[in-house]
Amino acid sequence: MEPEVLHCSEHTVEVVSDSGEGAQKCGQIFGSVSAKMGNGVWTVEIIPAEIQPPARNAAGASGNRIRIGTQTVTNWGDRANVVVAFNEQVLLARHRLEALAEDAVIFLEDMWEKHEDEKVRAEWQAGLEELSRARYRIIRVPMEEICLTVVDDARKGKNMFALGLLCAVYTRDMAKVKAQIVHQFRSKSDEVRERNIQLVELGVRWAEEHLPFRIQVPPTESDRPMVVMNGNEAVGMGAMAAGMDYMAMYPITPATSVSHYLAEAFHKAGGVVHQAEDEIAAVGCAIGASFAGKVAFTVTSGPGLALKTEFIGLATMTETPLVVVDVQRGGPSTGLPTKVEQADLLAALFGQPGDAPKVIIAPATIEECFHSMITARRIAEAFRCVVMVLTDANLATGVQPFPRPKLDPRWQARQPDQGPVPKDTRPYEWDARSGLSRRFIPGQPEGMFVATGLSHDEASRVSYVAATNALGLKMRSRKMAVLSETLKPPEVRGDRSGDLLVVGWGSTKGAIEEAVDRARAKGLKVSSTHLTFLAPMQPGLKEIFSRFKKVMTVEINHSDELNDPFVTKENRRLSQLCWLLRAHTLVDVDCWSRCFGEPLRPDHIFGGIERMFTKGGQR
Amino acid sequence: MSGSQFSLLDGDVCGDERHLTIEDYSSAVPRWCPGCGDHSALGAMQRLLESEQLKREKTVFCSGIGCSSRFPHYLKTYGFHGLHGRALPVATGIKMTRPDLNVFAIMGDGDCCSIGLGHWLHAVRYNVDMVAMLLDNNIYGLTKNQTSPTTPQGHKSNTQQQGSYLPALNPLSATLGITNCSFVAQTSDWTPAHLFQTLKAAFHHKGFSFVRVLQRCPHFTAGIYQDAVRHPDNVELLTHSAGICEPEAEGLYKNHISHDPSDLHEARRLAEGGNGKFRLGLFFRDESRPRYNETRALPKYTAEEKIEILNAELDRYAV
Repeated sequence: MEPEVLHCSEHTVEVVSDSGEGAQKCGQIFGSVSAKMGNGVWTVEIIPAEIQPPARNAAGASGNRIRIGTQTVTNWGDRANVVVAFNEQVLLARHRLEALAEDAVIFLEDMWEKHEDEKVRAEWQAGLEELSRARYRIIRVPMEEICLTVVDDARKGKNMFALGLLCAVYTRDMAKVKAQIVHQFRSKSDEVRERNIQLVELGVRWAEEHLPFRIQVPPTESDRPMVVMNGNEAVGMGAMAAGMDYMAMYPITPATSVSHYLAEAFHKAGGVVHQAEDEIAAVGCAIGASFAGKVAFTVTSGPGLALKTEFIGLATMTETPLVVVDVQRGGPSTGLPTKVEQADLLAALFGQPGDAPKVIIAPATIEECFHSMITARRIAEAFRCVVMVLTDANLATGVQPFPRPKLDPRWQARQPDQGPVPKDTRPYEWDARSGLSRRFIPGQPEGMFVATGLSHDEASRVSYVAATNALGLKMRSRKMAVLSETLKPPEVRGDRSGDLLVVGWGSTKGAIEEAVDRARAKGLKVSSTHLTFLAPMQPGLKEIFSRFKKVMTVEINHSDELNDPFVTKENRRLSQLCWLLRAHTLVDVDCWSRCFGEPLRPDHIFGGIERMFTKGGQR
Repeated sequence: MSGSQFSLLDGDVCGDERHLTIEDYSSAVPRWCPGCGDHSALGAMQRLLESEQLKREKTVFCSGIGCSSRFPHYLKTYGFHGLHGRALPVATGIKMTRPDLNVFAIMGDGDCCSIGLGHWLHAVRYNVDMVAMLLDNNIYGLTKNQTSPTTPQGHKSNTQQQGSYLPALNPLSATLGITNCSFVAQTSDWTPAHLFQTLKAAFHHKGFSFVRVLQRCPHFTAGIYQDAVRHPDNVELLTHSAGICEPEAEGLYKNHISHDPSDLHEARRLAEGGNGKFRLGLFFRDESRPRYNETRALPKYTAEEKIEILNAELDRYAV
């Protein structure tokens, strides 16, 4: 009998396993193949903090969510429609987080039912009991048994079997699947690649023999060439496209994979990743390289940013160009190392003692991760300043297709000027209007000067004269005003005026816009806007805000709830952008923020928007 | 691959053509206290620059924070006066990306041996080609008399008024204990000719040259080397044909130890001291150690070549 075909414009898939069973690899390949077939894709990794958490443990659930669509997909969606789970405990973790659709189809490994350990059998029974209260359609799959026909250790094979199963359900192009396996396992032996393909074929065959349905999410024909990668790869590639060739780093989750990628790519493309002895040395080396003529960069995450604080102030004071990529994670302190939080906006902006004006850019998509590096390099060089690029764990590991960038030689950094400095030019000869000054580079005759973190005059001579210090502060700050003049006001999505304006920044853009679109479809007068530049702020915000009765930010960081004990309108602590916007515009901006260690879901944001209308919000 | 893009870096476009004098290398008048050992170190360094005729625009002095870290301000070269303890990362970044530059890192004992200790030990292991000079006066001077890691045990300061609690850290032993160490020498502020010869040997060594200068702070540690200054018998000079040869010191100091600087084991033994004498000279040198600035040298590609490579990279991610 021909299987029934369900047609969908979009679908959300999750693969979850114990850590080390390769669910992420399965999800990545499924996502990449779908993107390469022309589907819109957004993937999010579900990562435990430990490398090898105990087996069959809800907290250790590891895997991937892949949302695919006919059109572009901009966020990870609400609830999963199809799940492959390698045991009932990791499935329960997702169930309890309300991550699964009411009618989700679940492929569940059922070896645990007859497991030799009585405790495991009991857990299985209890787990299925708990799950039976939902309306899921659970399909049992003897993954272990089938995989053991090919491999000795099924833990090393189930992920490829699961991939085959999913590819059959979603009728993926098998030639592309095989090509992707060859690419993913390019550093492994032929034998490994062949065995993985064999396991995928077993998954396909099982689906063909047992499943009476297929799911069609038709791709869109596109004549635009596309590429598909994750945010950390896009950052690395953007840095190369910008001509940056020196990156100094210290390992930190979730930033490190930028260095993994660049260690491989730079090797071919003419650059160096320097693994320094600590976070402080990493930024110090980058500053040294920039002083010597580069625009160098360093990549870190919250705790590393804290350590780099003093050096970032020094780069600001000496006006040494520097790009700092901060892949934000949950804080404070060690916090949630593998999980997303928009944690560092205020630390990035105000981390330095004294006034340290700097530029902060927050890419909202994987594509923007790429392009923001080119912008960052140019601004850092032209304005002799620090540019911070704030991505997060969501962008870092998320995979999304985007139009292939047309590489432009003008994006590339020029070789440092080594010609003589004109006579009597000074190293901080600030233009009185703009605060800008010519950058001197070692090797330039007549340019010899000593950069110093001490207060200095235009010749870089140490000066304790109050007026000189005031001039330096003014000039460094002036540059930000000049830059803000070149920025455009943010676009408003939806009507240009209304009852509520939702303001976001960074990786939440897609989820916010989807939520706002739903609210508008229900007749609510909501619009949204998204900020790319957080410092200096894009112009026109106050005017835009004035057209709405209420303004609220949506963010992944902490804010107090007004109905919490002791919390009042006066002492309520707000989310990070909310603080900033209130100070910047004097508008009574509200906020709706969550930090569950997950990306925001459109349905949750929608709930936040609705509440603003039903309860009059939090004012 | 083409090197053309680097022609600006490789060629000497229009630097100093004439013979440069010590005055040409001098910038502002030093504001160190009279009698400070830093004057002696600066004088020797200016002599080195003059004798080597180093191009001023091709020379960079990096420093941290402290009295000693004012050093770059008094030289007419490029300089980077950075953060307390962090001269070495900046110097490392400079040399890795600009091997054509002569790089010096100037540190005090608080800088190098306390707040910046991690960078120091790792810099020894990186073995990036530069001269690192530790101006060791055994005290924090700029912040007015606090105990440093090299303060002799029992020496009274504002922070340890009963006398320093801990035995002093031995920078020579520490450096010689690090894997990939390639040059370690000790000299003093009261032996200017020896100081100069030591810097010269350090400059010509390919690799990370660690030079410790024993010196006095006229305010807080004026007396710590009195035994050596007044009684040459308390100094032992390491001499060897492959070491630092300086006739003036060799005439003044009668205690000579013939030490082959390629002998690491003996270098470690001599660095330990133990007999109360001050040992000056070259403890260790090994040019065969790998240099990080060479193993991690930046490949030279043109912008066009990079775009070609990057396009091939994008192909791998193409849909």
